[in-house]
Amino acid sequence: MTVQTILQHSFRIAQKDLTELFRNRLGLVLLIVMPLFMMIMVGFIYPSNGTITGLQVGVVNEDQGYNGNTNASLSFLMGLQGINNQTHMLVMTNVSSLADLKDQVQRGAIEGGIMIPANFSQSLMSGQQGTIIIVSDESNPQISATIKGALTGVFNVMSQQLAIHNVRPLNATNSLAVVQPYSIQSQGVVNGNPSYFDFIAPGIMAMTVMMSVMTGLPVAISQEKEVGTMDGMMVAPVNRLSILLGKTIAQTGRGLIQGVIILALAIGIFGVAIQGSILLVFALLLLGVFSFVGLGIVVTSFTKDQETAQMLMMTLMFPMMFLGGVFFPIQQMPWYMQDISKFLPLTYASSALRKVMVLGAGIPQISTELIVLIVFGVVMIAIALPVFKRMMIR
Amino acid sequence: MANESIIQVDHLTKMFKKFTAVDDISFDVKKGEIFGLLGPNGAGKSTTLRMLSTLSRPTKGTATIGGFDTVKNDTEVRKLIGIVSEKMIIYNRLTAKENLSFFGSLFNIPKDTLNKRIDDLLELVQLTKFKDAQVGTFSTGMRQRMNVVRALLNMPQVLFLDEPTLGLDPQSSVEIREFVRKLNQEQGTTVIITTHMMLDADLLCDRIAIIDHGKIIALDTSTNLKKIISGGDTMIIKLEIANLTPTMVATVKALSCADAVTQENSTTLHVIVHGEEAFDSIIDSIRKTNGKITSMANLQPSLEDVFLHITGHEVRDSADQKIKQEHGPGKRFGAAPSRVR
Ligand SMILES: Nc1ncnc2c1ncn2[C@@H]1O[C@H](COP(=O)(O)OP(=O)(O)OP(=O)(O)O)[C@@H](O)[C@H]1O
Ligand SMILES: [Mg+2]
Repeated sequence: MTVQTILQHSFRIAQKDLTELFRNRLGLVLLIVMPLFMMIMVGFIYPSNGTITGLQVGVVNEDQGYNGNTNASLSFLMGLQGINNQTHMLVMTNVSSLADLKDQVQRGAIEGGIMIPANFSQSLMSGQQGTIIIVSDESNPQISATIKGALTGVFNVMSQQLAIHNVRPLNATNSLAVVQPYSIQSQGVVNGNPSYFDFIAPGIMAMTVMMSVMTGLPVAISQEKEVGTMDGMMVAPVNRLSILLGKTIAQTGRGLIQGVIILALAIGIFGVAIQGSILLVFALLLLGVFSFVGLGIVVTSFTKDQETAQMLMMTLMFPMMFLGGVFFPIQQMPWYMQDISKFLPLTYASSALRKVMVLGAGIPQISTELIVLIVFGVVMIAIALPVFKRMMIR
Repeated sequence: MANESIIQVDHLTKMFKKFTAVDDISFDVKKGEIFGLLGPNGAGKSTTLRMLSTLSRPTKGTATIGGFDTVKNDTEVRKLIGIVSEKMIIYNRLTAKENLSFFGSLFNIPKDTLNKRIDDLLELVQLTKFKDAQVGTFSTGMRQRMNVVRALLNMPQVLFLDEPTLGLDPQSSVEIREFVRKLNQEQGTTVIITTHMMLDADLLCDRIAIIDHGKIIALDTSTNLKKIISGGDTMIIKLEIANLTPTMVATVKALSCADAVTQENSTTLHVIVHGEEAFDSIIDSIRKTNGKITSMANLQPSLEDVFLHITGHEVRDSADQKIKQEHGPGKRFGAAPSRVR
């Protein structure tokens, strides 16, 4: 059998599989909905400061003033309001007392509160520090931290302004330099302000495409065996390799379609920008598929029916999803998990894809990842083919 | 060349782990013959067919088709054969035409030739009208017709049919049977058909191999097989007993002259007996248990009787259940009590 007929047969099989796929309406809808859900869920739920708005915050002002003058607390609150008008982070309501405030937080009516003590104006005017108390819901550390962060930011700006005002009489050329001698500027490698979506989009893409081949292949093959149609191909003078190759092409096609959908969603809905070459992005996806095919074939060979294949894939997929650095940075994991993640091809695919998409990297910058993926793919296929051959003759 | 054999099976054996599904069988099939493999569920019919059609590798023994070894020359064998297996080899989401052109393309048939052949085949089974409809929308009978012509795309010299009428209504069964007969007569296609339906075997097959527990226990023409009964001192008696009780059945079964006893309904017994004293001892035993015999007939043997006579158990026992339970990789339902696994 010539290479040409092997390829011809595999293209026919791939074409047949894809025709079946496109005729399956529900399956097609799920193909689009699945990555969409994943993006939305992970992207919106993951806490990041920029995305939280509308926190309910109670304000208690017990300031008794100084000589009947409550300017200090009022200007503080106005300042707070002014900043909040830009960020919409807080929704403020007035509350009568600290006890009431705590009660409301406990009941969950509000998520936190600010209390200005009775001696606030007096302290400031008499040259002491003015204290402000932040009440927060400690049962929800995420929100609590956000409120603290937001308020602390506001306080910093305001105390800075106050300090500048106070040191002005010193005749400094730049009062700010006296109050805050250091200023920090952070600068990324690329322009713009990458969001969490920029972080997860490449990972989710790599994951979906690679997984769809790794899970799709065993399921597609065991399904045909179960239904009986596999016999129709096996009884024709067709090389077993053609069947495998055809199925792989079809599953890769399916995975790439999903990849494109995710990319379109990421760009269109979530505002992700691709800094590097889009061609390189697709080349990386294909390479990812290549590195996973062998694993898929091995699983195919060891599972008798569709159900087992699916279960086994889920079991393999789950740790990979979390250890492959798709959702959480690998640097954030305990050392032993970091070690495991070094053996997962997904880690390298998502890292390379992220470098290209977010940082605009080219081939030289991702050469390590490329080498690992290629070696992994070749080794797995070398293991898989003999195993597959043995399974097919039985 | 009428007696030239196209299939040679030599000590073919298939074991699944320690269980022997096909046990050292040997036979030849002649060119142009319709050859039947008859046996109950789990007898090893499908396994035999799968080995012959290169889908399963024999544990021991060899088989050749058209002179090619099914293991060493599997590609050559595949060019010569077509198979209609227990499960339909049809993609429901593809149209009739797409199905046929997919499978045809796997045989490297030139496109024009293939298209012409597909049209002819669809015409042959009256599916031309439906050629662009998805097969999933077809009735079971239509799908089986599709399934059969699918096996003919490469114009095989040998056609394997594994229970092709299973689950079909009598009308569709007749259609398939007639189609196979026509194919055999007009194209000279050699046909190997497995079935547990006596009628299929009786009406269609030139020769029948009765297979049970993985062994061939008889192989001959239908007429000759029946002679095993009618030629010897064996008889088939049908008894109508108005007040038939289980005790009576047991008594008859216990008789040394009774080879097989089946109760057909609440008043009818079907008994295969041998020996000159048979009539007398049966009547005696029924009388002793106060049975009233209302009629008694000496029947012509059917294949079923032959099977009963040889194996001591009924084909139908298991066959009936099979349809209810649907078919899958053959668990043996209602198997003979003597069976050891
Ligand atoms: N892949 C397999 N693994 C293990 N046992 C098997 C396998 N295939 C068949 N068997 C067993 O081999 C025996 C013969 O099965 P086979 O399918 O050949 O029977 P059959 O004569 O075709 O019966 P049926 O009328 O049910 O189709 C059965 O007992 C079955 O359980
Ligand atoms: Mg069978």
